[in-house]
Amino acid sequence: MGDPPSDPDPPSGPPDSRRRSSQVSRRRRSRELQPTFSEEAEAEQIPLDAGILQRSQEYLGSQSNLQGWSPGAALTQQDNLMFQAEEAQLGGIEYPSLSMGLPIQPQPYLEEGGIQATRTASLMLQQLQQGQGNLFQQLESAYQGAGPDFPGLFSMYQGDDLQFGHDAPHGPYLRDDPALQVSLSELGFTPFTVEVPEPEPRELAVQNAKAYLLQTSVNCSLSLYEHLVNLLTKILNQRPEDPLSILESLNRTTQWEWFHPKLDTTRDDPEMQPTYEMADRQRALFVRSSGGEGEQEMEEEVADSPVPNVMESAFYFEQAGVGLGSDESFRIFLALKQLVEQQPIHTCRFWGKILGLRRSYLVAEVEFREGEEEAEEEEVEEPAEGGETPDSPGEEEGEEDEEKAVDVVPKPQWKPPPVIPKEESRSGANKYWYFVCNEPGGPWTRLPPVTPIQIVQARRIRKFFTGHLDAPVVSFPPFPGTEANYLRAQIARISAATQVSPLGFYQFGEEEGDEEEEGGAGRDSYEENPDFEGIPVLELVDSMANWVHHTQHILPQGRCTWVNPLQRTEEEEELGEEEEKAEGMEEVEQEVGPPLLTPLSEDAGSLRTSTWAGATSTARRTSTPRCRRPRSRSSPAARRSWR
Amino acid sequence: MDAESLLLSLELASGSGQGLSPDRRASLLTSLMLVKRDYRFDRVLFWGRILGLVGDYYIAQGLSEDQLAPRKTLYSLNCMEWSLLPPATEEMVAQTSVVKGRFMGDPSHEYEHTEVQKTNEGEKVFEEDVVVQIKEETRLVSVIDQIDKAVAVIPRGALFKTPFGPVHVNRTFEGLSLSEAKKLSSYFHFREPVQLKNKTLLEKADLDPSLDFLDSLEHDIPKGLIHLQAEASGAVEEKAKWQRGQTAPGLQDTGDYSSNRGPGACRWREATLWWCCAACSGQASPSSMLPAPRTVAISTWEPARRT
Repeated sequence: MGDPPSDPDPPSGPPDSRRRSSQVSRRRRSRELQPTFSEEAEAEQIPLDAGILQRSQEYLGSQSNLQGWSPGAALTQQDNLMFQAEEAQLGGIEYPSLSMGLPIQPQPYLEEGGIQATRTASLMLQQLQQGQGNLFQQLESAYQGAGPDFPGLFSMYQGDDLQFGHDAPHGPYLRDDPALQVSLSELGFTPFTVEVPEPEPRELAVQNAKAYLLQTSVNCSLSLYEHLVNLLTKILNQRPEDPLSILESLNRTTQWEWFHPKLDTTRDDPEMQPTYEMADRQRALFVRSSGGEGEQEMEEEVADSPVPNVMESAFYFEQAGVGLGSDESFRIFLALKQLVEQQPIHTCRFWGKILGLRRSYLVAEVEFREGEEEAEEEEVEEPAEGGETPDSPGEEEGEEDEEKAVDVVPKPQWKPPPVIPKEESRSGANKYWYFVCNEPGGPWTRLPPVTPIQIVQARRIRKFFTGHLDAPVVSFPPFPGTEANYLRAQIARISAATQVSPLGFYQFGEEEGDEEEEGGAGRDSYEENPDFEGIPVLELVDSMANWVHHTQHILPQGRCTWVNPLQRTEEEEELGEEEEKAEGMEEVEQEVGPPLLTPLSEDAGSLRTSTWAGATSTARRTSTPRCRRPRSRSSPAARRSWR
Repeated sequence: MDAESLLLSLELASGSGQGLSPDRRASLLTSLMLVKRDYRFDRVLFWGRILGLVGDYYIAQGLSEDQLAPRKTLYSLNCMEWSLLPPATEEMVAQTSVVKGRFMGDPSHEYEHTEVQKTNEGEKVFEEDVVVQIKEETRLVSVIDQIDKAVAVIPRGALFKTPFGPVHVNRTFEGLSLSEAKKLSSYFHFREPVQLKNKTLLEKADLDPSLDFLDSLEHDIPKGLIHLQAEASGAVEEKAKWQRGQTAPGLQDTGDYSSNRGPGACRWREATLWWCCAACSGQASPSSMLPAPRTVAISTWEPARRT
């Protein structure tokens, strides 16, 4: 470790007092220990062990003080040399830093040979005990790179040594020494064996100690040694007043900082990251929109794109006091464009925004191109088939039991109500597919088709949306599904109830069959009326009869077209024939709902007049064109928070 | 929201889907100025809007120098002519708690509620059906009061209390940093404190008497009343959900606000508290798919990043 020698320049004055006070505390501590080993050792030989030197050299990097201290045998001589050299400097140098600790002190006693292992051990223990001090000083010297620390140390302890030196070595009193905090067992050997001192056990002991300190905790990758290094570096860097009293909080802070690394730059940076990410994602939206492949494509897009003109409809809604703000509307427009590019979409519409507790949902209503959605449907149908099997095994087991035992627990008669099949896609409640994303720029997720049971249950519960599609819906009565299903069910209900258009805008297409042949199902398709001339705004506002629903009403069953749940398929009839006849068939009435294109004035419940009083006043002042928006909602309510 | 920063605040509150049409915005700006002059308010806040069947009520509140003093509430149907509402009393609240359903939109409308009252005449007890007339204005007053008590929220540090008692706007408040804005503990209820005196001395020792003189949001029971949400624009929306069973089914309020602006505050990140009351009827049939009266109060304050 060929570190360059440091300049023996004493550091400046003012910090000294602080350091001195801390040094004093350390001195006091070291003093406590001094008598102990001074008693023991006739010759206070606490040589700078090779191990310690090794340690210091390894851990510290540049150790000006330790220059020339090579691990090895020539220790004592070097120490002596150092000591002598520094003695000369003792006088004029202030004591600038903390002491290195006891190990350095007993230089004068190095003449004595034969260091007992016990003493070595004790010293090492004390060194460990003062490991902080040792490291501290070493760190300190690393930090300052100042040579004179060293002689300063010597100067302080010099006097002490002279006082206490030359005592006869007493027996090992280590165990009774309260100052000793490190248990001997951890060192891996007993200190009481009197051995011929050899460098190997010392090295071994030191290495054991070091290994112990470097152990990483079970919970984290931080070892005690590293933590102490961090702590002391921090203290040395910050130089707080009276660090001993705030040692615990410094300790905690250091530990915290290890796991929450703070960059040295402006402290707000970590806070900005979530907004940065959001902005990044949204930037992607803008970049895509502008990166066209030439003007031709642009023209095509304008003419034939399924992407709706969100800005235009937002403008109209804004006149009525409903809207998301122009910035957000534009972003939604870009996000819809992105969706159209990603999926084979025939028509697309911004359905609305549903507010959630943590995040909100932006919902897009799409219709796929013919044939494109079949591949995606297969995935959805598989889980549905798995649930139909359990009936038959149950019956067989019951019969076996009856044969075996006389007393049999009566088999429950209850059978779960038959599952009503969900509607085919492109019809009824599943007429459209819905994509959701949490914010413009986020990924679009497709919602699964809705089943009748989900709609029925969704009518009975009221839960906030959290914003996460996979969140469970904990409610009573229990909802069969996750938040994605709940969201889809509510979307279906809202769509079925609130999508309206002016009377006459849509008409039924001319069909071959009579209406009666279709039974109570009614028509489910409509087309635009080319002869529609528009209704004056005032009339639209005043009377509800001028608005009609153009989505199918959802029956209490949960579907738009009624299905008799007791109608069995052929397979089921064969299995369950006998039992059914025993129980008796239940008559189920066909459920009928208002047919398509029913005016709002026919709606049951309290008549809701339009709250477009504001719009009326606006209409008077600014002549808005005739209402061309076929799918405007009757109320702003449908578009906003559905909690 | 403060009348002075009305447009900006409306812009921030737009994430909820509620907004004002341009003509309303323009008329609000003008009329609130006049209200401030006529009633000699220190600050005028646009509280929000309550939707009714026939018309909407636009509500404004005026504050005097002492921010915690009872506020005067005004309402208007067209954002131009404002009428003062009487202060709410407990009787009013109790009386109007029986009224359910939506607001009509006509302040003179009277709800009829039949009650069974027992009257003693000598030794006999008669039960009579008494029809009680409740005016819509009274209902309006009590609804506004209840919403205020439940969800009026203000960020910590926006107001400070002087030793003499009055509460003032803190002119040096620059807003909350983003991390602070996401914590419930940085917000207080903007009403007379109720829980403060129940705190132990130990807890009170940590409080700063000039700033922490209101109930904090984090000790609210039941928890989960107020949710903070970071908007894509960087605004933090606070939504308080509160179910009021006694009025329309599913009347839910969301969170609330106050407006503060420090001098020269850089509005990097602005938080919007808004409230929205929505109701769902729970029926899928087109008939009863009706939203209940919605009170929309939009307010903002600007927590700015400290530079």
